[in-house]
Amino acid sequence: MAPDGMVGIVIVSHSPKVAEGAADMVRQMVGDAVPLAWTGGDPGGGLGTDIARIIAAIDAAWSEAGVAILVDLGGAETNSEMAVEMIEESRRGRVVICNAPVVEGAVIAATEASGGSSLEAVKSAAEELYVQ
Amino acid sequence: MSNESVGSHAADPRTAEVPLINKVGLHARPSVKLTQLAKSFASSVELALDPAGPWTDAKSPVKVMRVKAPRGATLYFRISGPDADAALTAMVGLVERRFDEADG
Repeated sequence: MAPDGMVGIVIVSHSPKVAEGAADMVRQMVGDAVPLAWTGGDPGGGLGTDIARIIAAIDAAWSEAGVAILVDLGGAETNSEMAVEMIEESRRGRVVICNAPVVEGAVIAATEASGGSSLEAVKSAAEELYVQ
Repeated sequence: MSNESVGSHAADPRTAEVPLINKVGLHARPSVKLTQLAKSFASSVELALDPAGPWTDAKSPVKVMRVKAPRGATLYFRISGPDADAALTAMVGLVERRFDEADG
């Protein structure tokens, strides 16, 4: 186990149902040890993502080992990038956005994190999904 | 006792074969459990569907899922490292226990 604990996982989808469902899959398949948070939907109840909610999710899943974010489409990624830019500098370098499919990536990233892997290894494992 | 440096170990890997008897084979959830267990050992842990390979890193969840080992397949393990014996016992045990799945 890394001295800083397990890397945290944040799931960001336009749909709260997708985000919550992906989180359910992580909990059932990987377990409860990995810090995990999800967010989806805009404040008005529609589909979308919200920077403040993404920041809150990063806080909720925070680990000294860092946080890996899984996103679905377009705005989820750009809003996540803006959320990362808005958190304080001391933590910013320990938050990464994975280039991976949101559901499968969340499960794989959490699996990797549960073994105590570094943030870099967690990101690489999720991104392996797009390698043929 | 040889004078090899600390951390060296037997060159011969530990191997075992075990039938995949759980209901679904190496689907996602069993793959996750197998990977998590493999990661708990310092040794390199590889698996294959054939003793001639190709060998897959059992610590990589993506690679393990891609093996798509079906029920009835024989899993071959190849393990090298300081805790290879314990790792081999544990890996074979997990498969024999059907990955501790209630309906497995």
